[in-house]
Amino acid sequence: MSINLPELEGTEAAVALPTGRRHSRVPGLDAIRATSGFQRGMLVAGALIVLFFTVVAVFAKLIAPYGFNDDRHGGKVFGRLVAPSSQHWMGTTSGGEDVYSRVVFGAQTAMEVIVLAVLLSIVVGVPLGLLSGYFGGWLDRVLVLVTDALFAFPSLLLAIIVSIAIAGGSSSATGGILSAAISITVVYVPQYFRVVRNATVAAREEPYVEAARTLGASPLAIMTRYIFGNVVQTVPVIATLNAGDAILTLAGLGFLGYGIDPSAGAEWGHDLSKAISDTSNGIWWTGVYPGVAIALLVVGVTLVGESLNDVLNPLLRTTRLKQVVLPSRRTGEPTQESA
Amino acid sequence: MATATKSSSGSLRTYLITRLLLVIPMVWILVTLVFFVLRVVGDPIQSAFGGRLSPADIAVRRHAAGLDKPLLSQYWHYLVGVTHGDFGTSLTDNTRISHILIVNGAATLELTFWAVLVAIAVGVPLGRVAARYRDRLPDVGLRLFAVLAYAVPVFFLGLLLKLLFATNLTWFYASGRASPNVEIAINNVAPNTHIYIINAIQYGNVSDIWDVLRHTVLPAITLGMLVAGVFLRLVRVNLLQTMRADYVEAARARGVPERRVIRKHAFRNALIPVVTVMGLQVATLLGGAVLTETTFEWQGLGYKIAYYLSRQDYVAVQGIVAAVAVIVALTSFLIDVAAAVIDPRVRY
Amino acid sequence: MSAPVVDVRDMRVWYAGPSGPVQAVDGVTFALRQGEVLGLVGESGSGKSTLGRGLMGLVPRGAAIDGSIEFDGRDLLSLPKKERGRVRGAGMGLIFQEPMTRLDPLMKVSKHFTEVLKVHEPKLSKDEARIRALDALRSLGIPPTRYDNYPHEFSGGMRQRIMIALALVLRPKFIVADEPTTALDVLVEAQILRILADIRERYAPAILLITHNLGIVAEACDRVAVMYAGRIVEQGPVRDIFATPRHPYTRALLNSTISLSTRELHSIPGAPPDLVRPPTACRFHPRCEHVMRVCADVFPPTVRVDRQEAECWLLATDRIDAAGRAPLSRQEVPVADEA
Ligand SMILES: Nc1ncnc2c1ncn2[C@@H]1O[C@H](COP(=O)(O)OP(=O)(O)OP(=O)(O)O)[C@@H](O)[C@H]1O
Ligand code: SF4
Ligand SMILES: [Mg+2]
Repeated sequence: MSINLPELEGTEAAVALPTGRRHSRVPGLDAIRATSGFQRGMLVAGALIVLFFTVVAVFAKLIAPYGFNDDRHGGKVFGRLVAPSSQHWMGTTSGGEDVYSRVVFGAQTAMEVIVLAVLLSIVVGVPLGLLSGYFGGWLDRVLVLVTDALFAFPSLLLAIIVSIAIAGGSSSATGGILSAAISITVVYVPQYFRVVRNATVAAREEPYVEAARTLGASPLAIMTRYIFGNVVQTVPVIATLNAGDAILTLAGLGFLGYGIDPSAGAEWGHDLSKAISDTSNGIWWTGVYPGVAIALLVVGVTLVGESLNDVLNPLLRTTRLKQVVLPSRRTGEPTQESA
Repeated sequence: MATATKSSSGSLRTYLITRLLLVIPMVWILVTLVFFVLRVVGDPIQSAFGGRLSPADIAVRRHAAGLDKPLLSQYWHYLVGVTHGDFGTSLTDNTRISHILIVNGAATLELTFWAVLVAIAVGVPLGRVAARYRDRLPDVGLRLFAVLAYAVPVFFLGLLLKLLFATNLTWFYASGRASPNVEIAINNVAPNTHIYIINAIQYGNVSDIWDVLRHTVLPAITLGMLVAGVFLRLVRVNLLQTMRADYVEAARARGVPERRVIRKHAFRNALIPVVTVMGLQVATLLGGAVLTETTFEWQGLGYKIAYYLSRQDYVAVQGIVAAVAVIVALTSFLIDVAAAVIDPRVRY
Repeated sequence: MSAPVVDVRDMRVWYAGPSGPVQAVDGVTFALRQGEVLGLVGESGSGKSTLGRGLMGLVPRGAAIDGSIEFDGRDLLSLPKKERGRVRGAGMGLIFQEPMTRLDPLMKVSKHFTEVLKVHEPKLSKDEARIRALDALRSLGIPPTRYDNYPHEFSGGMRQRIMIALALVLRPKFIVADEPTTALDVLVEAQILRILADIRERYAPAILLITHNLGIVAEACDRVAVMYAGRIVEQGPVRDIFATPRHPYTRALLNSTISLSTRELHSIPGAPPDLVRPPTACRFHPRCEHVMRVCADVFPPTVRVDRQEAECWLLATDRIDAAGRAPLSRQEVPVADEA
């Protein structure tokens, strides 16, 4: 899909650099502690949703009653477009596969692609941003121009083009997931690049970095020791928000017949594309279940990302102020001249 | 100061020129990227006709399309074409891309117009409500709504709407831009805008207009919701900012009624950043249009891209995508210009 | 003597703060007659602006206001909201400290005037409104040719004069001027002060002039009120107070100014108090060199000495017993007790 970072509060780089805050050992605990009320609810709900899908993805084989491509079990053919029943909780597809199993395996595909894509974009985008921001010069200018151009372009089209280039659209099982992940990566590298580069440019001017430089520290040491630590703190927020977006991009690719090859894995977007033509017959189960799965997972990831952003960006944190109720006057107020 | 008065028109001009100059490298980078990336796949003729034509036939076609020349000379040829508005000719059905741009581009334009209207109609008032009830229940609910609007894939929303309003309730149509007879009628006109609603109003009767509208509602809502959530949040956050602005408090201190303060001072000022960010939404809308048009068989550019993709006609894909790059760059330029013109201060 | 235009009794304005109510104004009483200028001085954060805004009925969300503000014989705080809006602007005007940001950047100066005139004097025709606005501007030295310019086309001094003209165009009986010259350079400051003096002569409104500058008080005010931590600790005729300050804080204030021979206020030993948990009883006691036991326990009475009023136990020693009179050493002062 093509929304870039969902518009965070504030415009441009809404992801603020946290300034040397102490973090506890348990990741996420800080975040939960720093929130309250609605924000905490959002964070917890989002985390639970993501956890749920993670479990489904990891144990897909145990959870799904059938394989994602099976149209029969024990020699018995399921039948096409069977309505939900005790046999097939979510019915069967026009290809005669069990919708429930496909939804479950779809979670696995989505998780694999997303994790891979996010890791790849970080691995490419962060160092690129560091180098570009630190050294500046013409390379920096070119990279900024290129990433800006990519950023302004419909990301789905970008992903499609890359996906065509990589594998002609599809290939073997792992290749399918890897190539889908790479296509998505291309979309998100510019975002990491931008944020990290801008943060690096800012950090480069910090007094302690200046000091390190005058003391003769090598650029590599400066970047890894002084700048990286500061800059990298924004990455979790972008990563989560991008992950949500990446799920939509993957589904969009699948919907248009790209991304994961149907033989390589179940993919929600692909199932939805098949389901569109079922709607005219009033058949809803082939589309509604994978659609709900996508929406739910994206909601979960986005909630986590947004709450993280709120937490790391104290300006956005809602501190709900309590309406003041004035207490009755103190006795011995100066109007009564009493001693 | 007097000097500021004089220089303001000058700075606007400088800004416009620099901004326009940025369009060129952007388009160039994208066109170049698309060209080379799609050539990595290999020979477009092979992709489109491989297995269906004899090697000899393929060689003939390759020569005719100039694809046997060195890559760089093809690239140069292509660039020159683009600067003249020539984006090539599709391989599979031999249609000029520029023709597709006019016919199907109009369809996409019509769709995005309605979608933006939906997004504004939904996002702006709801954003105002959210700002007004900041951190209270309506705000929380709307925030969740915005997340949901973002999280539901375009094609899934489209599918749901189709199921509900086309299949079950039959209020609206599930696909196409108009019923076949209407389509023929309103397309068979002298200066054809290819924008159906305009054609229908100009040449058709009320039932034609009604037919076109009933085809438009669902796709427009589907694509509109994609950015409605973004608009909502933008309006909300910017309103919250301007509602705290010094000049807003000053207006209150002058006894301007609160409603008017919000409408005339806070809201108007909040819209400037909203307009600026709308420039970024052009890409989002065009990306969403690909999915919406496929879902509703709306024959716009996105539909055409998907169509040529499925036929592996990469020359056509490349042409349309390059054109989209130009459209994106130009539209975001125009929106930036609009934002600069609205704002009397003209920043930058 | 004529009846006061503004008669404020025991006004409180408490803000909602993240760690509890901020007692920014906590029981102030004063009155202003027609044509009188009352200077309001005090350290930064003592609640001067809050007081000025509270008079106008401008309190942010979550804040509470009580007491009584009688303006022109009516108690503003018990007026219906709509009525109060009418008084605001028409009856009383507010001039702000920061002229640069107080005009709507998207509105021409002319629109500011027509708006305010339309709101308060709807019967005025367009031409009449224009004449009124141009008159007000001309009297402040803004030429009519600039009427249709945007705020950003004016300098700070000019914008402040436009703000003043905007307040004056409705001919209010009472004007709050909140540090109208602080943001401006000295020449412009002198100009604005001349304008204020001119306004006094011509329209004779009551003016509350908030300032940091005791020089301005001496020059432009009839009476002065000294504010400390949300309370007016001393008020009276300027000359009397400058000659014989009764309250230790006033004394410290005047001393610090004179000893450093500048016109700005300078800090007094000790930190300004936390208004969420203000010091018990006399709020100045942690910093007062004359502090006695009673000062931390019982609120000091307001005592009239000649034409001055001050709230300090030193002026009412006859009402304290010997134990209460015992000096309280600084160490014993509880830092931030519950009020
Ligand atoms: N909106 C607000 N919410 C909470 N606290 C506030 C708010 N505005 C001001 N305060 C606090 O109220 C106290 C009084 O502020 P106020 O602006 O009235 O002081 P002041 O005397 O005008 O200071 P200055 O001389 O700096 O203008 C300060 O402690 C300030 O931090
Ligand atoms: S009451 Fe006590 S502490 Fe307060 S000013 Fe007077 S002497 Fe000082
Ligand atoms: Mg102030």
